[in-house]
Amino acid sequence: MSELTAIYYIWRRELIRFSRSKSRIIGSLAMPFFFLAIIGTGLGSVVTVANGSYLDFMAPGILAMVVLFGSIFSGVIVIMDRQFGFLKETMVAPVRRTSIVIGKALGGATTAVIQGLLMLGIAMLLGAHIEMVDILPAVALMFMVSVMFVSLGIAIASTMEDMQGFQLVMNFLVMPMFFLSGALFPLTTAPDPIRWLSYINPMTYVVEALRYLLTGTSTMPIAVSGGILGFSLVLSVLLATWLFNRIES
Amino acid sequence: MQRTEGVNAIEVEGLTKRFGALAAVDNVSLTISNGEIFGLLGPNGAGKTTLISMLVTMKRPTAGHAKVNGYDVQKQADKVRESIGIVFQDSSLDEELTAYENLELHGAMYNMDRKEAEARIKEVIKMVELEDRLHHIVKTFSGGMRRRLEIARGLLHCPDVLFLDEPTIGLDPQTRQHIWSYIKKMQKERGITIVITTHYMDEADLLCDRVAIIDHGKIIALDKSSALKDSLGGDILSIETPCSDKLKEAFGKLAWVGEAKCHDGSLTLRVTKGEQRIPVLMEIARKKGIAVESVSLHKPTLDDVFLHYTGKTIREEEVSPNESLRARVASRRRSG
Repeated sequence: MSELTAIYYIWRRELIRFSRSKSRIIGSLAMPFFFLAIIGTGLGSVVTVANGSYLDFMAPGILAMVVLFGSIFSGVIVIMDRQFGFLKETMVAPVRRTSIVIGKALGGATTAVIQGLLMLGIAMLLGAHIEMVDILPAVALMFMVSVMFVSLGIAIASTMEDMQGFQLVMNFLVMPMFFLSGALFPLTTAPDPIRWLSYINPMTYVVEALRYLLTGTSTMPIAVSGGILGFSLVLSVLLATWLFNRIES
Repeated sequence: MQRTEGVNAIEVEGLTKRFGALAAVDNVSLTISNGEIFGLLGPNGAGKTTLISMLVTMKRPTAGHAKVNGYDVQKQADKVRESIGIVFQDSSLDEELTAYENLELHGAMYNMDRKEAEARIKEVIKMVELEDRLHHIVKTFSGGMRRRLEIARGLLHCPDVLFLDEPTIGLDPQTRQHIWSYIKKMQKERGITIVITTHYMDEADLLCDRVAIIDHGKIIALDKSSALKDSLGGDILSIETPCSDKLKEAFGKLAWVGEAKCHDGSLTLRVTKGEQRIPVLMEIARKKGIAVESVSLHKPTLDDVFLHYTGKTIREEEVSPNESLRARVASRRRSG
């Protein structure tokens, strides 16, 4: 029971911290908003994708972007805990480190889903066609995906000493993951190298699955994208737990 | 978390931690009894923090064994963690949370019952006199307040052994006094064992039942601070007089005068229990008709002990460029 209580309080800590950083919420939505509002509507007038508007095509991709950025950040923030000392407090507590990882992953995922919901609202205001009934399954998927990315963030953070590596992660991992995911353009018509790279990118399956749930069309069956995501989720949680357990202060 | 009676609070045997070729802690053995305030003294980089890190299960020993509250730090890490409270050298509070939220989270991680935690939070926050700041965000706290909050948090789950790593570094004298009195109070009222590292010698002298001096990863002296000071051979008396030679002759014959030296108009004597010897010496001087202008007594301090054992004063150690930078950064962070 005690582990569950600890998980709950660690989850709650993430939420409290999130609710107190208004600038983080606004900052996390600003770039995706510009993408959607400017590129989405701007390109929308010259580009049509498959059987819908470009905005409808792009909205699930941008949603995936918000979730990706939000959750990776929540995970990598472990480095800040390390720099500001709080990590030590959790390291010497009689709590399993696995519980700390779970609490953090659930907390980070919750905040990422909140950001995702806000973005979903913005997309609908901008004119994206999204049915109300599709929102709930999309939220469930976003939550699962967020747990995966927060774990990935924790795994990365566990191997880094300070915040200097953070920019590196953003530029050489997160941005390519986003651009190679088919969030902005259909992969079916993309050049081969890009397509191959995108198939080893978990983000691709996030975009595919979200697009399926929100617009009803995708290039691969939901069973495939869902299955691959489920597998990646387990893998990243295990990796995070293993690496976090190895931290020695 | 009942203390196991008759077990020493801490037992360390042959404990070693190596980082590559460097032995940060080199084959250390020591025993600390229940209810003792034990001081670990040493210059920066001597291995104090590494030793503590192993005792609190944060670093794994390269060799040797350690038991805290009767539990092995490697095999029963969780039991050790339940038994101890720690106040780290650098702040480990969550600055974005309020004092209350920090304490609440701590209680949850230490498996405290909600009601019990609630009551204890009130108790410890009162002890460190931060009741009126309980629901303020820690970011707004001054350095002294943060330290006090950390001490409160370290005590929240009623630990049997409390580790304090440089609890007063960078704090103003008034706050240091404050913290000292808490530490004394905790030991008296709760009978908990306290292990404290410091490089303030006066602090160690005042607080600790026993002190160990550690240098280059080894313990080079361990005893009551009074015994360590006595081991230096006693107090120094400086006597100002126009006839120092005559006085030296008279006093030199006394069995309890260790060493007597004259230089320009003053005589220095090494004696034990100096304050009791002064009247006797003055009586002798009066009988011989020798005028004495002034007498001063210098009791050896732990600084002198440190100098004796390590060959350097702790202050020389302190001004290494790295350290002074660190101290400056720390004090900037803690002030305001």
